[in-house]
Formats: sequence, C-alpha cells, structure tokens
Amino acid sequence: MANYTENELAQDLQNQEYKFGFVTDIESETVPVGLNEEIIRLISSKKNEPDWLLNYRLKSFALWKEMTEPEWAHVHYEKPDFQGITYYSAPKQTKKYESWDDVDPELKETMKKLGISMEEQQRLTGVAVDFVMDSVSVATSFKAKLNELGIIFCSFSDAVQEHPELVQKYMGTVVPNTDNFYAALNSAVFTDGSFCYIPKGVRCPMELSTYFRINAGGTGQFERTLVVADEGSYVSYLEGCTAPQRDENQLHAAVVELIAMDDAEIKYSTVQNWYPGDKAGKGGVFNFVTKRGICHTNAKISWTQVETGSAVTWKYPSCILKGDHSIGEFYSVAVTNNYQQADTGTKMVHLGKNTKSTIISKGISAGKSQNSYRGLVQIHKGAKNARNFSQCDSLLMTDECGAHTFPYIECKNPTAKIEHEATTSKIGEDQLFYCMQRGISEEKAISLIVNGYCKEVLNQLPMEFAVEAQKLLAISLEGSVG
Amino acid sequence: MIKIENLHASINGKEILKGLNLTVNAGEVHAIMGPNGAGKSTLASVLAGREDYEITAGSVTFFDKDLLELSTEDRAREGLFLAFQYPVEIPGVSNVNFLRTAINEKRAYHGQEPISAKDFMAMVREKSALVELDSKLSTRSVNEGFSGGEKKRNEIFQMAMLEPKLSVLDETDSGLDIDALRIVSHGVNALKTAENASIVITHYQRLLDYIVPDVVHVLYDGRIVKSGPKELALELEERGYDWIKESL
Repeated sequence: MANYTENELAQDLQNQEYKFGFVTDIESETVPVGLNEEIIRLISSKKNEPDWLLNYRLKSFALWKEMTEPEWAHVHYEKPDFQGITYYSAPKQTKKYESWDDVDPELKETMKKLGISMEEQQRLTGVAVDFVMDSVSVATSFKAKLNELGIIFCSFSDAVQEHPELVQKYMGTVVPNTDNFYAALNSAVFTDGSFCYIPKGVRCPMELSTYFRINAGGTGQFERTLVVADEGSYVSYLEGCTAPQRDENQLHAAVVELIAMDDAEIKYSTVQNWYPGDKAGKGGVFNFVTKRGICHTNAKISWTQVETGSAVTWKYPSCILKGDHSIGEFYSVAVTNNYQQADTGTKMVHLGKNTKSTIISKGISAGKSQNSYRGLVQIHKGAKNARNFSQCDSLLMTDECGAHTFPYIECKNPTAKIEHEATTSKIGEDQLFYCMQRGISEEKAISLIVNGYCKEVLNQLPMEFAVEAQKLLAISLEGSVG
Repeated sequence: MIKIENLHASINGKEILKGLNLTVNAGEVHAIMGPNGAGKSTLASVLAGREDYEITAGSVTFFDKDLLELSTEDRAREGLFLAFQYPVEIPGVSNVNFLRTAINEKRAYHGQEPISAKDFMAMVREKSALVELDSKLSTRSVNEGFSGGEKKRNEIFQMAMLEPKLSVLDETDSGLDIDALRIVSHGVNALKTAENASIVITHYQRLLDYIVPDVVHVLYDGRIVKSGPKELALELEERGYDWIKESL
C-alpha cells in the first residue's frame, strides 16, 4: 500500500462509474440456448473429455433436476430462467496459444483495459496469471517457470487432458455434486476454470492468479477451481472478476475446492467486482458460488475476500478442519451500494483436535442495499480444545440500507473456546467533519475512513491487490453518504 | 485577517450567536472567555463550517474572501485551523497517512506539487518534537487509544504540520494536567509568527498564563460584551462573570 498515491485515487474517483462495463468485440463460439442432456454432451465433446467426466456431468444434471433452488438466504431476486441461458461460449480461436505472442490482439486489449497486462506482469511482477473469458481459459503465463518446480498451473480443461488422474482423484471431494443446487448445476455444465497442484514441500515462489471475465451476452459463467497443495507446500492464489454492463442479469455459479494436505498452506484471495447493476438496480451479476477447503493435519487455509460487485452475492468460503492442529481463517470485506444484496460469510467445521479458526468480517452498506453476514462455527465431538474467534463489524453509510448478522454456533465438545464479537456503526458525521476541517474532501475522507475500517482485511491481501482493492472500495462508495 | 460582523447563528431554531463582532489581525492572539452556554464553541463550529448551524445574518471576511461561502475543506485549505475540544478517533487510519493526505489536498488547492516523502518525514520529526509527541504516535491510528493529553498534543502537532494562518483553539486546555498544558502552550507559542493569528477559547485564566493574549474578550449570550487587555482575564478569574452581566 506504500506505493498508492493520492493522485491515483483522485483519478480513479473521477472515473466513478463501473469502468469494466465494456464489451470486447470478439467472435465467440456458443452452443444453443438452454439446458438438457444434449447440451451437456455437446460441451463435453467440444472439450474432448474422457467418459468418466461426461458421466459425472450427467449424474450431476440428474441430481440437479431433483433439487429445488434454496430460499433461506436474506436476498430477493427473480430466479434465473435456466433454459434461457447459454451454457458455453468461447472466444473463437483457430489454434492453441503456444506463447503470449499468439494471443488475439483484441483479447490482449481487453486484458489491458482490465489492468492485467500480461506482458507487464510477465516482466515486472512475480504473478502468474490464468485468464478465463466466458467459458474458457485463454492464456496462462509463467507456465514454464512453474513447471521446473513441478507446479501445475493451467486451465481446468488442460488439466483434464494432461493430468486426468489428479483431476479425477480430487474433483468433487470437497464440494460434491450433491452439495447444493448451484454446485450440482456447476458440476453438470462447468466449462473451464483453473487447476493448480503444488508438489510436496514446494513453496510456490509467486502469486498465482486467475482473472475471470464474462463477455458474451446471455451467457452464464460456470467455472471450477481446484487447488491441491501437497504435503508441506505453500501457495498464494488470487482471483479477480469483472463483467460488462448489461441490462439483464447474468448468472455466475462457480465451485472452488481447496485441498491442503498435511502441513500445507493455501492462501486464497478474491477481489470480486462483477457488474453490480445500475443505480436503479437493473441488471448485474448473480454470484452464487460454493467455495470450500479441507485442511489435513497441521494444514492452514486462509480465505480473504473483497466483495464489491454483483447484484446478488451468495457465498460462504468455508474450511473443514479435518486434521489435528489445522487452522482456518476468513477475512472479508463486503460492500453493497444502490440495490445490491449480499449474503456472505463462512463455515468453520472443526473435526480435528486443537483446531483453530478466525473470522473477521467487515460489512459496509450504502444506498438502499442489504448486507448480511451469515456464518457457522461447528465444533464436532472429537474436536478437543478447538478455538474460534469471530468478529463481525457492520458499517452503515445511509439511513436506507441494512446490515444483518446471522451467526450460528454449534458446539458438541465442552473443551472448545468460542468467542464472537459484533459491532454496528454508522459512518460518523464527526469523523467526516474532522477530516474536512483538515482540508480533506468528503469523498477522500470517506475513502480514508472506510479503508481504515477494513485495514485488518486489506492487510491480508498481497501488496498489488491491496492497492487495487483500496481503490475499488473508494469507487464503490463514491457519493454514498446520506 | 478575519472580520466577523453582526454574526447570528442558530441550531434547531434556537439562536446562539446574536450579533457577534470580532476582528483579528495578523500577529495577534485573542482570547475568548465566557460562561457556559455563551456560544464559545458555537463560534468555533460556525467558523469551521459545521453544517448543523444556520447562519441567519452577518458576515465573516477571511482575508478578502467571504468565509461563509466557502466549504469546510476550502476554509481549511485557505488557512483556517480548528483545534477540537473533543478530537475524533479514526480507527485504522494512521496519523501520518491522514496528515499527508491533508497536506497534499491543501497543496493541490494552491496548485502545488504533492510533498515528497522525504520532506514530509523530516517535517513530522521536527514538528512532533515541538509538542513532545512520541514518534510512535504518528504511526498509530488517528487519536485511537490516545490519552486526553495525547489527543490535545496531537491537535497542536497537526496545527504545526498544516501551518495555518488562523488557528481557533477550542478549550484546548480542558482535561489537561499542568505538564500537558505547558507542552501544548509551548507548541502554540513556538508556532506564533507575525503572519499568523490565533483565537484561544477557554474557560480558565490558567491557560493564559502560558499563552499570553493581546486581547481578551468576554462572550456572553451570543455577543462579545467586553474586551480588554490580558489583565481582564485575571479580573474575570477573581470576580467571575456576574459583575459583567449586571453591568449590561
């Protein structure tokens, strides 16, 4: 955050509208609208998938058809018409990219606009990026360098072709296709995503990053991410998301599975900036995502999320603390403005002895939005000496928004220690006046106060993304005090 | 420097300032004393531009500008500083980040380049020494967990950093022990030049032993009813305000 300058922020503040709302004019290859077995077979054959995967999809589809869409979340929206969605859309490409130079210039331009110049990233920073547009991964950088260490970082489709044994072994083990309505749907129709495997004892030397982008109209995005950290390894992973400005709602239903073997550590950070809809609440992405990780003995999984986008967000990055001495962490900033709705939080399931979890959730509500924290801390019988600390803070910017907290605690072992702290505050007129008396404009004062409020979470992000997240918060809350 | 004429201000329909006149020139220190509820803090808030107050009549000229037409932040950028009676805490925002933002906003307003990190840090070291503010406090969150004395010293530290033309000190002495009072006063005195001025609002003569005013005003019922040399403060300390009320 040291490099962040006030000027940069000022420039961004001037550009306060959703700035990723453009559409890339690129030819796409799509399948017909709607969902049935034929479509699933078509997607599978386009991707040249092995039989076991096709069968997995078909089984998931059958399961999904029997399920009903859950309604318990504190969100209201018009249910998607699942027959009105295109389930596969890929930027047309004649051949596989062998190197960065082969990438379509239009695509390169898109990435540049999104601020992810891969060329620059390749040269300057130690970040390896996988870029997923609509349904497929279009480019992955730093592959060769990672290969030397035995690290596999590629698109999910490539992993299916090149490392089918790993995919088959781990896929669906943390989030089974029976898990929930949207996980089942994803398991049936997922098109791409990222795959990452860190071998035993390897510390991944750079941030791995996937950038998700919905481009084509009327498409849903259903990607899967699978990260496997083998014994004693470490990886830090980041995903970013944007979408064009469209009047209709777009569905994003992803599944993320993390597996941390004994003594491994996974740090997973998300900066989610899907199109939130316009000021009147029209359009925007429905973000219904299932994210879960499993920790074996002595392992650690840390989720950090900065959620500013989407019309409706519904997600709970969770940890299953299976192994003894394992650690789960969840750091979240969720901002809602205008008519956005978010129901987000985490689940910490303590199974092993001496397991520890920390939950820090910062909700910021502005406009007429609704922001809910929903969390579950579950201590099972065998989880001796389990520890949990939860802190849920809500900041209200206006009189018309809402903040809600739904903490669930289930404890079946008397040796557990569970702490829960919660605060709700309204952004202080006194704080704003104090800043303004020092010559700081109202907008900048809000940005300072909000960033200060979120500091504990922003500090968890890798440097480059902390700066980006900081700007994003300022932009999302522009003109929002009332 | 500042000329306040016939100023009337009310809050929630209740008139607090009822025709206040005051002129302060460069190089001067003015003390404003008065009983509770006379309108002392209202005057400070109105000058700084707090929106809760409605100005119903009168004018305030700051240099050649109509102060009441300026926004709160522009008043600050023009060189008006208010040392708060109750400094506000801003969790998670470091004092240095806060001040650097403030200084750069002011510089941008005057068409200047942002201050370099090197110059800024040198300035922080110099000015924090002035009020004996532990350098650790400058990296801590603004006023968060500060003692009462530290908060007041931090106000004077900010004043030193922002180099205002007119400083309004709103009961800066309240809640200070003798040592803190001495340190705060020392800071204020050290910052005094022929180009700047201060309005010191206080309940007690005690502060004026340290910050010696050129003029002492008595504010009563929304107006300045008596002005005099520094000895007036001593007389007030001795005799209270009743004799002034009676003479009206």
